[in-house]
Amino acid sequence: MIAALVVPLVGRVSARLAHGITVVAPAVALVCAVMALRVALDSGPWHYYLGGWAPPWGIEYVVDPLGGGMAVLVALLATLVAIYAGPHLRALSPRRAAVFNSLFLLLTSGLLGITLTGDLFNLYVFVEISSLAAYALLASGGERAIVATFRYLLIGTIAASFYLLGIGYLYALTGTVNMADLAMRLPQAGGGSAMTVGVVLIVVGLAIKMAVFPLHGWMPDAYTYAPPPVTMFIAAVMSKVSAYALLRVLFFVLPRTGAVETALSVLSWVAAGGVLAGSVLALAQTDVRRMLAYSSVGQMGYVVLGLSIGNAAALTGALLHIMGHAVAKASLFGAVASLPRDTVQADIAGFAGASRRAPLTMAAFTLAALSLVGMPPTAGFFSKWYLLQGAIEADAWLFAAVLLVSSLLSAVYFFRVIEQIYFAPDPAAAEPDRSRCHPEVSLRLLGPVITLSAAVLLIGLFNGWFVTTVIRHALPEL
Amino acid sequence: MPDLLGADRPLAAVLVSLVAAGLMRVCGRYPALRESCTFGAGIIKLALVASMLPVVLAGGVVESSRLSLLPGVSLHLRADPLGLLFALVASTLWLLTSVYSVGYMRAAGDENQTGYFSSFALCVSATIGLAFAANLLTFFLFYEVLTLATYPLVAHNRTPEARAGGRTYLVYTLTAGQALLLAVVWTQSLAPGAEFRPGGLLPPGLPTATVLGLFALFVVGFGVKAAIMPLHGWLPAAMVAPTPVSALLHAVAVVKAGAFGCLRLVGYVFGVDVLREVGADIVLAVLASVTILFGSLRALGETHLKRRLAYSTISQLSYIVLGAALGSVAALAGAMFHIAAHGFMKITMFFCAGAIHTEAHRDDVTQFGGLGRQMPITMTAFAIAAAGLAGTPLLAGFISKWHLGLGALEAGHGVFIVVLVLSGLLNLAYFFPIVYDAFFAPAHGDVAPERLTLSAPLAITAVVALLLGIMPDFGAGFLRLALSAATSVVAGSVAGEVP
Repeated sequence: MIAALVVPLVGRVSARLAHGITVVAPAVALVCAVMALRVALDSGPWHYYLGGWAPPWGIEYVVDPLGGGMAVLVALLATLVAIYAGPHLRALSPRRAAVFNSLFLLLTSGLLGITLTGDLFNLYVFVEISSLAAYALLASGGERAIVATFRYLLIGTIAASFYLLGIGYLYALTGTVNMADLAMRLPQAGGGSAMTVGVVLIVVGLAIKMAVFPLHGWMPDAYTYAPPPVTMFIAAVMSKVSAYALLRVLFFVLPRTGAVETALSVLSWVAAGGVLAGSVLALAQTDVRRMLAYSSVGQMGYVVLGLSIGNAAALTGALLHIMGHAVAKASLFGAVASLPRDTVQADIAGFAGASRRAPLTMAAFTLAALSLVGMPPTAGFFSKWYLLQGAIEADAWLFAAVLLVSSLLSAVYFFRVIEQIYFAPDPAAAEPDRSRCHPEVSLRLLGPVITLSAAVLLIGLFNGWFVTTVIRHALPEL
Repeated sequence: MPDLLGADRPLAAVLVSLVAAGLMRVCGRYPALRESCTFGAGIIKLALVASMLPVVLAGGVVESSRLSLLPGVSLHLRADPLGLLFALVASTLWLLTSVYSVGYMRAAGDENQTGYFSSFALCVSATIGLAFAANLLTFFLFYEVLTLATYPLVAHNRTPEARAGGRTYLVYTLTAGQALLLAVVWTQSLAPGAEFRPGGLLPPGLPTATVLGLFALFVVGFGVKAAIMPLHGWLPAAMVAPTPVSALLHAVAVVKAGAFGCLRLVGYVFGVDVLREVGADIVLAVLASVTILFGSLRALGETHLKRRLAYSTISQLSYIVLGAALGSVAALAGAMFHIAAHGFMKITMFFCAGAIHTEAHRDDVTQFGGLGRQMPITMTAFAIAAAGLAGTPLLAGFISKWHLGLGALEAGHGVFIVVLVLSGLLNLAYFFPIVYDAFFAPAHGDVAPERLTLSAPLAITAVVALLLGIMPDFGAGFLRLALSAATSVVAGSVAGEVP
């Protein structure tokens, strides 16, 4: 477990030497995380006290099925994206490549830290570590990226401050920031207005980080102009980790009393609005990357909706969706960015006939898109299934309808692209087809994309296994 | 290990064409190799499906449940009489259509044949899968895969018109899919597992509003594929697809999946009695009757042969829905038999339309003068199928119509016989002028000689349609399968809530 945290940190120091370490470090972290998760599943949560100080004084790290599962997801995606980033890095000067490597590892370790920490303040520290790394990475995409990132920087900092203030209130109430300790003391502290304010601040802070509608303003520009591997990683994982943090705080730390219940029911309406608004806005985009970004707004709405419905089926759906969406979105952004193109823009029209130029990449794109639409037997279908089941069990028919309408909307915007890919004439068809001789794009770009979209299918087909062995143990006791 | 030649034969039958679809992608550059994949898979699949026939006719089932999809729900396939009947029809016709497709696509000099053949194989996989599905989730899974796999076939020609047809198709079917998904999840929460059971799977004592709401969602979900009016709009639009696609998918796989869904719905999800209690059976029967008559009337107004056939399909499919709605033994058996009967007859007609299109380059029925002499095999087959669809005795269509009529009386709704008779007359009205022109009107110019790959399949299906009319149990025992399924449904319904 400790290695999962330390390896990226060590890697950061020596990353200047080689890109190899950037790949190996998350891979090692992945192995460690998987092992830690297995231990957690076999013999209960695994606690580690940093510096040997026992909580509530020292900082505690916990690997339970939920956090461990997230850590595995983060490490897996980090590994694949690190491989994907190879060709991108070669285009940069060695100095900038080194900066990229260390920032990337910093981001990864920040995110891993969020998933594994057992301490609310420590979580804030990791949020800031990962955010700072993310700002720098996002800004490296050129001038427009800098402007976009500056917006994100402002909003993100406000979000983090909200969160920190929220913790402050809770600390004032109970005198502790350790999660387990808080969970024990908060019910006795009673639900005064201080606690309400604390809850609201924490929820708003994390919601901004997740880009939940209507707090998503920073996200589309940031995703569109950032360098491809960065978008791929951040779009896939960062908002998921914030969603994890929200789940952790709402269901494991805070008592389910008035303030939390109210927060959940407000969140549910916000999420339902976000699901629809994200889909509609995605529909209005002509740049595929922006479309994907708005689609993320909608899809994160699914996750929040699942959290706020809050029964076992809905939470299962939310967790499965975190997993499925992370993998699918990474595959989509990866596929879009690796398509050889003349222009910087990724217009839908630019995809005309792309299936001939890059059949495998586009097949991966299609599969991942189908998962987001929620077509069986992909991961997206099954998470939608659990969410629907949760909505029906909670008698929330309106939310069930929202889910269905949004799948239809996402079908519309994805099939616009898919139709272009497969059925529009290829403008470059007249040129002699050289792609027959070599692989369509570099294998290091293609491999991760294909792996991810295959994972979409496998998570779907074997979701029964995931749910019974991991997710079910990760659910809070209801 | 899966026992693919034993208990897992339903699974094997699904996998065969799935594997073939993949192989075709790989060896797409060698047409001969690719097409031998198609034929090989077709023959193996038919053999697998047929090998389950003796067991099922003897009253048994072949079951395979290998993969857990949700906690408590697995990918469960079971060859029961109804499923086997549908699977047999689909796999027989796939093999014949493959022969025909090779002829048709080569004659048309089509460029994208690899995509075409592999999507085709995928569609058939999905069809067999949903035929054998033993619970609602499995059914839904294959139902949606079928939707997706059909889309590339509809848009295959890549013309703006074909792409528009594809979009229309997706809008209708995906919307229906969402309605169906809600219905399936709802059912799952009412009856965990949602395993099909003759006589209905729902727990007793549900409130009427729940039953009606659920039923409405299901009917929308299946009604689109079964082209029940007013949900039929996609079918004529989808006629832009190459003719073999229209033939197999729009006369057999896709639309029959909807009709088959209605049968499963009435017989195996709700149970006849439950629907009768809330009065949903009459609503469905009236919807079906309106579709039967209105579809026939619209067919009269079309002069493009394939569009006319499309409306005829819309009308004929509702025979099946009507039989399901009536819910007596004979009516259900008639409806199930009609899956086979209509399959063979309608595919004959689509094959004929395709042959006329490629060899005489004509699509409009007003220009068919003299074709009977120039393309004797094709037009004779067409005449047989047309007579069969109208319900002429000694042809397959008569058997299903007879049972449907009998079933209407059994169910105490004799009035629906009038619908059947009227529709028969309308069928004659829109098909026989074509036959008459072909044989007795002056010729419109030269026609290429009939190609064997095109005329052989259509001759075979016409002969089968004829044989099914004389000996309904010929070959596969379609009528016996249908009767045994219908009896079990009604018996399950009467026996009431036996778990």
